Amino acid sequence: MVAASALPALADGHGTELTLCWAAWDPANALVELSKDFEEKSGHSMSFEFVPWPNFADRMLNELNSGGQLCDLMIGDSQWIGGGAENGHYVKLNAFFDEKGISMDDFIPATVTGYSEWPKNTPNYYALPAFGDVVGWTYRKDWFDRPDIQAAFQEAYGRSLTVPASLEELKDIGEFFQGREIDGNTVYGAAIYTERGSEGITMGVTNALYNYGFLYEDPENPYQMDGFVNSQGAVAGLEYYKALYDAATPPGSSNWYMGENIDAYKSGQVAMQMNFAFIWPGVEADPNVGGGKSGYFPNPAGPAGQFAQLGGQGISVVAYSEKQDAALEYIEWFAQPEVQARWWELGGYSALRAVVEDPDFVTSQPYAQTFLDSMAIVKDFWAEPAYADLLIAMQDRVHNYVIAGTGTAQEALDGLVRDWTETFEDEGKL
Amino acid sequence: MGTDSLDRLARATPEGVARRVRGLSDRTIAWIFVAPSIFLLLAVNIFPLIWTIRLSFTNFRVNRPNNDVEWVGLRNYERILTDPDVWQTMQATAHFLIWTIVLQVLIGFFLAFLINKKFRGNDLWTTIIVFPMMLSPAVVGNFWTFLYQPQIGLFNYAVTFFTGGDPASFSMIGDVHLAPWAIVIADTWMWTPFVMLICLAGLRSIPDSIYEAAECDRASTLRQFFTITLPLVLPFLMLAVLFRGIENFKMFDLVVQLTGGGPGNITTLTSIDLKREAFEKWRTGYSSAYAVILFVTVFGLASIYVKALNKVKER
Repeated sequence: MVAASALPALADGHGTELTLCWAAWDPANALVELSKDFEEKSGHSMSFEFVPWPNFADRMLNELNSGGQLCDLMIGDSQWIGGGAENGHYVKLNAFFDEKGISMDDFIPATVTGYSEWPKNTPNYYALPAFGDVVGWTYRKDWFDRPDIQAAFQEAYGRSLTVPASLEELKDIGEFFQGREIDGNTVYGAAIYTERGSEGITMGVTNALYNYGFLYEDPENPYQMDGFVNSQGAVAGLEYYKALYDAATPPGSSNWYMGENIDAYKSGQVAMQMNFAFIWPGVEADPNVGGGKSGYFPNPAGPAGQFAQLGGQGISVVAYSEKQDAALEYIEWFAQPEVQARWWELGGYSALRAVVEDPDFVTSQPYAQTFLDSMAIVKDFWAEPAYADLLIAMQDRVHNYVIAGTGTAQEALDGLVRDWTETFEDEGKL
Repeated sequence: MGTDSLDRLARATPEGVARRVRGLSDRTIAWIFVAPSIFLLLAVNIFPLIWTIRLSFTNFRVNRPNNDVEWVGLRNYERILTDPDVWQTMQATAHFLIWTIVLQVLIGFFLAFLINKKFRGNDLWTTIIVFPMMLSPAVVGNFWTFLYQPQIGLFNYAVTFFTGGDPASFSMIGDVHLAPWAIVIADTWMWTPFVMLICLAGLRSIPDSIYEAAECDRASTLRQFFTITLPLVLPFLMLAVLFRGIENFKMFDLVVQLTGGGPGNITTLTSIDLKREAFEKWRTGYSSAYAVILFVTVFGLASIYVKALNKVKER
């Protein structure tokens, strides 16, 4: 890891203006604040290009594909790493890491695999883990703790209303709250991901699929998907997600993703919310649901194990940038333990082990332990260069079954195997 | 340009330029004036079209500049035309086109007929009716998303108030059967005023003397409508259908905002599908073939339609 004493060497006085591209969301604001320290120490100035999530991939991948020089640094989504590496958009960072003593062993292993490596599980790095994120759950602790609600749940299900230990228990709780009157308002069970246009429903449904036995491919035979993507367990997982959608979600939530789920939760519509962990600082700070009214738990286990969908991003140097030296200085600065600790304080999710393994970490925020537990069970979507083809196919197939109610889960996953097989055939990988 | 103007222009032309221009034929001068436009047309329209057709026979991906580009013949076309999902989007587009045009023409003509009558506040009503057309489709999509909300949406409230249903279980944009109608309704709300304005122009172009003559012949109001009003407004109506047809064939933003193409892919129109293929999946060759198929379809249908329109105008 880079020593803090190396910092003065960063300031060479040439005062380059760097542009960092990322999504427009709360963590980006925290990064702006954090980067003031870099500006002060390096003499470089930072400008930021933030694009709202629904347009983020369109805008930024256009920029990369056209060889644009807008972005010197890119915090690109985890799925982009394959395309970023193979298409030459990102600078390979191995030599730089070796020179500066930055070790990937210092970061949470799942984030290194998810955000930095291509091909996966090989020591070829195209990004530094920048923002650790994972799908987890937020719940109305104040509702769960109410004696009247506790009693009603006990009567209905014969057990206490507590944080669900399994996905089946989660569905029970969702059904219990669905349409219930609380303080004169009708509330619903859970806000889950159902969005159709970008990646929403895929990022949601995988939290059920993984835990019921879905695998992206045969572990012994890469890109062979029949019997894994559409296994009996995967079918049961997809059926579970549909049942959860049908029985425990607010009416009209047929195209919801991060923003809609946050709104539903903060406005008191739902008892539970599926969402990426980045929202938790905002929940804590909210006057309606913060200050102890909310609790957090990792994605519950299913019959085949406990996994959660990885989110988050790594930070890369764009190959078309003419300011790569200054951009690398930024990465060197960002990798420092003090900067990473400050990053966590400001609401950014550090992936540095020195930060998350600090004994004080778990008590630093009410959601810190859940973040750690969740990061330990992550799985990620394909990060292949053709990830977009794979993603759109999954969006179509899954939305058609879960939301539109067309066909069966088996047909949806069989269709997905066909779509993905065709994609990999086109890619020359099958 | 009159002779005086030409003389003035000649006198104002610097001697050096004038010397160079002298001796040029009319045809050459015409070419000099027309050439920039032709160049622009070639650069912006014709060259991209030819290039698209060329790409449609390849497996080119714009995001893989390092990959070899292979000539794949008609494979892209074959894949598109045998893909049931593509036919589903074609069907969704046809449904959207037919119903929006039918509703917009009927309601637009009816409104134009009413507005054409002389009454107090006529101009105010015209302005109010035309208002939706002035909004951006993205704003309209957002606006209708709220109206369709089961819990707070006014549209949902109104429907369930009259039908006695439960608002919470009635979801226009979440229901596979209702979602196509949700976008038809929103588009009709937005664009009927456009059809109304065209019809109004047609109605106001009919001379009063024709109606006066019909009155003298004691023609009934209904007879006047079918023998004078409708035939004379028909070319305007057909023009409105052409404009709305072309516009709605490429409809994108309103639908994306309202349903994102869902639920499932029930409201995925060809424009949305093409955008996904070209700029999300980056299958440039495949999407070029898709674009060529759509171009031929629209061009063919529009040509037939314009011929029919010209025949009606000649009558």
